[in-house]
Amino acid sequence: MSESATTVEAPSGGLPPATDEPGLIRRYGVTLVFLAPTLVLLTVWVVYPTLRTIHRSFYDRSGDDFIGIDNYRTLFTDDALVTAIKNNFLWLLIVPFFVTAIGLVFAVLLERIRFSVAFKVVVFMPMAISLFAAGVIWRLMYEKDPSRGTVNAAVAVVADAVSPSGVLSGARPSTDELEGSPARGIVLQAPLEAGSVARLGLTAIREADVPSGAEQAVVPEALAGGITGVVWRDFKPGGGTPGELEQGELGLPGVTVELRSQGGEPTLETTTEPDGTFVFEEVAAGSYRAAIGPDTFTEPYAGVSWLSARLITPAIMMAYIWVWAGFSMVVIAAGLAAIPRDLLEAARTDGASEWQVFRRVTVPLLAPVLSVVFVTMLIYVLKVFDIVIAIAPGSVEDDANVVALAMWRTSFGGVNDFGLGAAIAVFLFLLVIPILALNIRRFRREL
Amino acid sequence: MRKRWLALASLVGVLAFVAAGCGGDDDGGGGSVEGSEDVTGTISTMGTWAGPEQASFQAVIDGFNELYPNVTVKFTSGGNNLAPLLSTAVQGGNPPDIACIAQPGLIAQFAEQGAIQPIDDLRDAIVDNFGESVADVGAVDGTQYAIMFKGANKSTIWYNVADFEEAGVEPPETWDDLNEVTSTIKAAGITPYSVGVDAGWPISDIFENIYLRTAGADMYDQLANHEIPWTDQSVKDALTLMADVVGDSSNMAGGTDGALETTFDASAAKVFSESPQAAMLILGDFAPGVVKNNPLEPVTGYNVFAFPSIEGSSPAVVGGGDLCANFKTSEAATAFLEYLTTPEAAEIWAERGGFSSPNKNVDPDVYADEITRTTATGLAEAETFRFDMSDLQPSAFGGTPGQGLWKGFTDFVANPDNIDAVTQQMESDAQKAFANS
Repeated sequence: MSESATTVEAPSGGLPPATDEPGLIRRYGVTLVFLAPTLVLLTVWVVYPTLRTIHRSFYDRSGDDFIGIDNYRTLFTDDALVTAIKNNFLWLLIVPFFVTAIGLVFAVLLERIRFSVAFKVVVFMPMAISLFAAGVIWRLMYEKDPSRGTVNAAVAVVADAVSPSGVLSGARPSTDELEGSPARGIVLQAPLEAGSVARLGLTAIREADVPSGAEQAVVPEALAGGITGVVWRDFKPGGGTPGELEQGELGLPGVTVELRSQGGEPTLETTTEPDGTFVFEEVAAGSYRAAIGPDTFTEPYAGVSWLSARLITPAIMMAYIWVWAGFSMVVIAAGLAAIPRDLLEAARTDGASEWQVFRRVTVPLLAPVLSVVFVTMLIYVLKVFDIVIAIAPGSVEDDANVVALAMWRTSFGGVNDFGLGAAIAVFLFLLVIPILALNIRRFRREL
Repeated sequence: MRKRWLALASLVGVLAFVAAGCGGDDDGGGGSVEGSEDVTGTISTMGTWAGPEQASFQAVIDGFNELYPNVTVKFTSGGNNLAPLLSTAVQGGNPPDIACIAQPGLIAQFAEQGAIQPIDDLRDAIVDNFGESVADVGAVDGTQYAIMFKGANKSTIWYNVADFEEAGVEPPETWDDLNEVTSTIKAAGITPYSVGVDAGWPISDIFENIYLRTAGADMYDQLANHEIPWTDQSVKDALTLMADVVGDSSNMAGGTDGALETTFDASAAKVFSESPQAAMLILGDFAPGVVKNNPLEPVTGYNVFAFPSIEGSSPAVVGGGDLCANFKTSEAATAFLEYLTTPEAAEIWAERGGFSSPNKNVDPDVYADEITRTTATGLAEAETFRFDMSDLQPSAFGGTPGQGLWKGFTDFVANPDNIDAVTQQMESDAQKAFANS
C-alpha cells in the first residue's frame, strides 16, 4: 500500500519544474485529490497497524526488549497455541466443504419444490442474526441436561424409546453384601439354598420415585424348600443403619428378582409384593444367587456432552455450518438460475439420468460460483472467533481454541502479552495471504 | 467482568506489596466515638456504591453528622469504574478525601505511591473492633492504611431446606460431618452438590477455603505470593480433600461433564429451585442474588451454613470487602474514618439490609434477616480472614477464565485422579506469570 502511495505522490512532488504542462498537474492533481481520503484512511487504519503489529511481534511482553523470533517459537511450542493451530486446520478442512456442499444440495433440491421461497427464507434466516447471538443460542441448545438442551432433548426421545428407563433408575446397593453395578445388575454375594432368606437393600432412590403402593418393608419367614427375600429402600431420613431393615423403610414393589444358578444363569424369576417380599417356591437342591437385573436400573438418557473437551470443536462447527448454509444456498441458487436450461434439457434428451445431469452438467457449470463460496468460507473460517467464544464453556476454551481466539486471549484476555499476541496475528495474516492472492487473481480473470 | 478488573488491579498490587514505607505505632483509643462540635470542614468520599447502597451509606453519613454536626460529608459513586477514576484523580492531584476500594492490591499500590496516608493512630480502634486478621487486610508492610468497612463472605455453603429434610440431615460443622451428610443425601437418592465449574473461579473459591483451613493463614499468604510452589504437599493435600466434593461424578448435578459446562449462576439456580437438581451449593454470600426470580423463601426454602472446620481448624473466612482509605489528612477525615470503625456506624447500614460488617462488636440482632445474620456473623467472628486468593495474584495466573489457576482447577475436576499433573501445570503457569509481572 505504502508503495502505491509513493508512486502516486512522486510525480506531484516533482511538479514545480513541470509548470509548462498544466495538463499533467490537472491529471495527477485531480487523481490525488480523489485518492487522498482513501490513502489516508488506509494508511492510518491498515498499513500502519499492520507494520506496527509485525514490529511488535519481535518484542517481548513489555515491548522494551527485542527478542527476535522467540514469540514465533512460542507460537509453535506452547500446547494451547498448537491446539489452536491444529483446530484451525480442522476448520479449514471440514467447514468450507460442508457449507458449500449443503448449500449446493439445498439450492438444487429447492428448485424442484413448491414454496421454495419459504424454505429459502427459513434456511437463510440464521444469516440475519450475529454469529455471537447464534453462539449463545447453540450454547443453550447443546446443554447436557435433556430438560434444558434442545439437541439432547431430541436425542433423548429416541434413546428413551429404544431403552426405557427402569423402575429403580439410579439405585445402588446399600451395603457391600450386594455387588455389581446398575449397569450389570446387582447380585447378593452370599449363596442361597432352599430355606434361605435374602435381603436386598437398595439406596439412592428418591422418596418420590418409590413405586406407588409401597408399604413398610418386612423380612419374610423362611420357607422350607423355597427361597424367600425382601427388596427394600434401605434408607430413612437421617440415613438409618445400612443393611438393617428398620421401621419407616419401605418395600419396593414390582421389582423383578432373578434366581441365578451358580454359573450365573437365571433359573427363576418373580416380582416383589407391596412390602418388598418375594418368594421362590420349590427350589431344586443346590446353591443360588439372588439378583436384580440391569433393566430395573436403566437410567433415563443423560444426554450427550456436546460441550465436553472431546465434542466441543465438532459441535461449534455444526453451529457455524448451520449459520452459513443459508448464505451458500442463496449464492449457489443465483448461479443455478443463470445456467442455460437448454444444456440441461439437451443432457436429459440424450438420456442422462438426473444424477448424471447434476454431476456432469450442473456442477461443472456452477464451478465458478462454488469456488466463490468455498474461498469466501476459507477466509471466514480462518478468522473464526465469536462463535467459539460464545459456545465454548470456560472449562474447554483451550480445547476449542482457534488462532483468532488465541490471539485475543493472549493479548487482551488477561495474559496481556501483546508481543506474543502480535506474533499470532502476523501468523494469521500469513495464512490468509495465499487465499487472498487466489481471490484477487480470480477477480482479475473475471474482469 | 468485575472479577477480571479486580484481578487486573491486583496484578499491579502484588508488585506494590513488595516495597512500601514503614510507620510507627501509636496508642489510640477504642470503643465508641464521643463526637464534637469543634471539628469542622467538608470532606469528599467515593465508593462503588450506587442506588440503595448509596442511600445506605448516606444514612451512615447522617449518623456521623449527629455526632459531628459541623462536618459536611459528600459522597460520589464511582460504580464499577471506581478504580480507574481514582487512579486518574490521583494522577491529576485531586483525589477525594476518602475512598472505599474493593481491591487490596490497589490500596497497596496507592500506599507505595504515597497517595494514601497512614492511619496508624486508628490501628488500635480497628483491631479492637475488627480483630487483627481483618485489620491487616488494610495494612501495607505493617502500616495501617485502610478500614474494611463492608465485607463479603465466600465461606458459605447454601442448601435446599426441602432436600435436607427429605434426607433427614442437619447442616454440618466439620468436614467429616459434611462428607457424612453428602453420603446420606446420596443414599436418599438426591444429588448432593451443584457445581458451576465453567469459568473456574467457583472451584478456586472452594480450594481457597480448604487450603486456609488445612495449611493455615501463613501458608495461604505464602502461596498467594508464590513463595511456596503449587507442587507443595499442602496443595496436594487440599486437592485430595477437595476430591471429596468434586472427585466423584455422582456427587454433582449432571455428573462431571454437566458440572464442567455449568456457569456459576446456573449452578445456583439448580439449588434455589422448587424442583432442585442438587441439595448444596458452595458459593459466596451473593449466591441467592444471582438467581433470577428465586422461587424459594429464605430460611424456609433455602438456608446457609458456614464452610465447615477441617481437623479442628478455627473459624476462618475467605472473602472480600470495601477498604476505606484516607487520601488527604484532615481532622474531619480522621473523625469520619474513626466513626467507620465503630459498631454504631455499621449497625446503621446493617439494619437497612444488604450489608455484612466484619466488625465483631456489631450486635447480630440488627441484621434484617436470618440469612444475612448467619453470613455476617460468620465474617465478624472469623478468627482468620483472608482475601480471595484470585484477587491477590497476577491476573494471567489467578484471574483469567480458562487459564492458569482457574484452568488448573477445571482440569482437576475433569480428571481428579491426576493431582501431580495438575499441580505441575499450575506451578509452571505460576512461574511464567510471576516472572512476567
